[in-house]
Amino acid sequence: MGKPMQVARHWRHFREKYALIGGKCENGHIFFPYRSVCPVCGSRNVKEYELNGKGKVISWTIVRNPPSGFEYYRPYPLALIQLEEGPVVLAQLTDVDPEEIHEGMEVEMVTRKLREFDEDGIILYGYKFRPVLK
Amino acid sequence: MTIEKPVIIGVGMIPVGEHWKLSLRDIAVEALLNAMDDAGVERVDSLYVGNMISGSFIEQENLGALIADWAGLGNVPAVKVEAACASGGAAVQEGAKAVMAGLEDVVAVVGVEKMTDAWPSDATRYLAYAADADWELFHGASFVALNALIMRHYMNTYGYTEEDLALFAVNAHANGAKNPYAMFKGPIKVETVLKSPYIADPLKLFDASPVCDGAAAVIITTQEKAKELGVPREKWVEVAGMGRAIDTINLANREDLLTLKAAKIAADRAYRMAGVEAKEVNFFEVHDAFTVMAALSLEALGVAKKGEGAKLAREGQIAVDANYPIQTMGGLKSRGHPVGATGVYQTVEAVLQLRGEAPEGIQVPNAEVGLTQNIGGTGSNITVNVFRRV
Repeated sequence: MGKPMQVARHWRHFREKYALIGGKCENGHIFFPYRSVCPVCGSRNVKEYELNGKGKVISWTIVRNPPSGFEYYRPYPLALIQLEEGPVVLAQLTDVDPEEIHEGMEVEMVTRKLREFDEDGIILYGYKFRPVLK
Repeated sequence: MTIEKPVIIGVGMIPVGEHWKLSLRDIAVEALLNAMDDAGVERVDSLYVGNMISGSFIEQENLGALIADWAGLGNVPAVKVEAACASGGAAVQEGAKAVMAGLEDVVAVVGVEKMTDAWPSDATRYLAYAADADWELFHGASFVALNALIMRHYMNTYGYTEEDLALFAVNAHANGAKNPYAMFKGPIKVETVLKSPYIADPLKLFDASPVCDGAAAVIITTQEKAKELGVPREKWVEVAGMGRAIDTINLANREDLLTLKAAKIAADRAYRMAGVEAKEVNFFEVHDAFTVMAALSLEALGVAKKGEGAKLAREGQIAVDANYPIQTMGGLKSRGHPVGATGVYQTVEAVLQLRGEAPEGIQVPNAEVGLTQNIGGTGSNITVNVFRRV
């Protein structure tokens, strides 16, 4: 799996995955991830828009039987998070006791390791969300 | 211009299960030849193969050539149709459309999936290829996990419990127990579901359909050709309505997490084409890959109001002898869910019901109209087909 092509495939999304960069169209629709056509109105006049990384948990689960390649963190919590600006994002939760996860829980984005490949492979980092530090 | 609706004149399948001795081509050819024998035809003009993911499971693509070649169909046109878990339902539609267009007279459709040659966690990864690779699988989302997110949200929003949703699995098994082609032939209780282990909380093993092998096939033609071939009229089942639509591939991007919008659009089209309303349909083969999907499907198909799909199970309205029979042959949960083959199994089952050839105890009395609904992804690619007795 650790082939050079794999690097390019993930490298092209690094900015969006490290800084949570979505899009905003000329009509004010905000979405994540970035795409060249607005999913709400179809406008092609879209600019990058950096989301602030704060949101609330809509739904969550505990992944006990992960897809192969994701065994390292098993079991891990996965959630749908409604961001303050509106878009919903799927991400793992981290630094949290699974018992404490609840609907409406306030969370914030952090950057964490997601997956490792073979010895000579790349290590994938990206966003996860943790409870807001009070 | 009214275009004459095509008819299904032959059906075939193999029992769903773990077929260690049989390969993909073995089961596909067997189901296909069974369907050809049932129709009494020795040749077909073309082949459409419904399959989701043979390339990942067994390193084999180009299934059109493989299956047509090994079934001895000669140099016919043959292609694979892929729409994730809805590949089978989509393949039936492509076959029916070719007949309706007048381009091909006698069309064969086979749905096939060989899943048990893969290691279980690899199978979990391959199935997740139906999700968004960069924005869902990247984050460790299995397909079960995505459905678990929907399930919890459904329960929290409408106040349902795990027991409520378990009733869909209980109904599926009760019917599948009487179907010789079903993978699981043992009835279960609500407790069986509740005691099964969590795979992705709150989703348990018995909320989910199994990894398995299966192949099913149908032969579609025009009414004129059916007459010419001498197929008895009692065997004909009309492809009365077809609909298909997509929704966002990424679950997080849905307008409403609890509406299968693609199913709604597909069903509206299929009902309109068939000239029927939901209340005129005698049974529904819905895509219960996970129990919550059965509830959401009933709502999208107009059988239940929004948020009330699970209520139908609670009220005992989904049994074979009740108002809205679903999963009459076991559904995905009990018959099994060989992903790309499922839509064709549903079609075969609908045909058997409409011919009055369903097994004892699960025949829907006086069935005139039946519906099949096949979901790909987390609701991102959905087909709905309506069938009618001729």
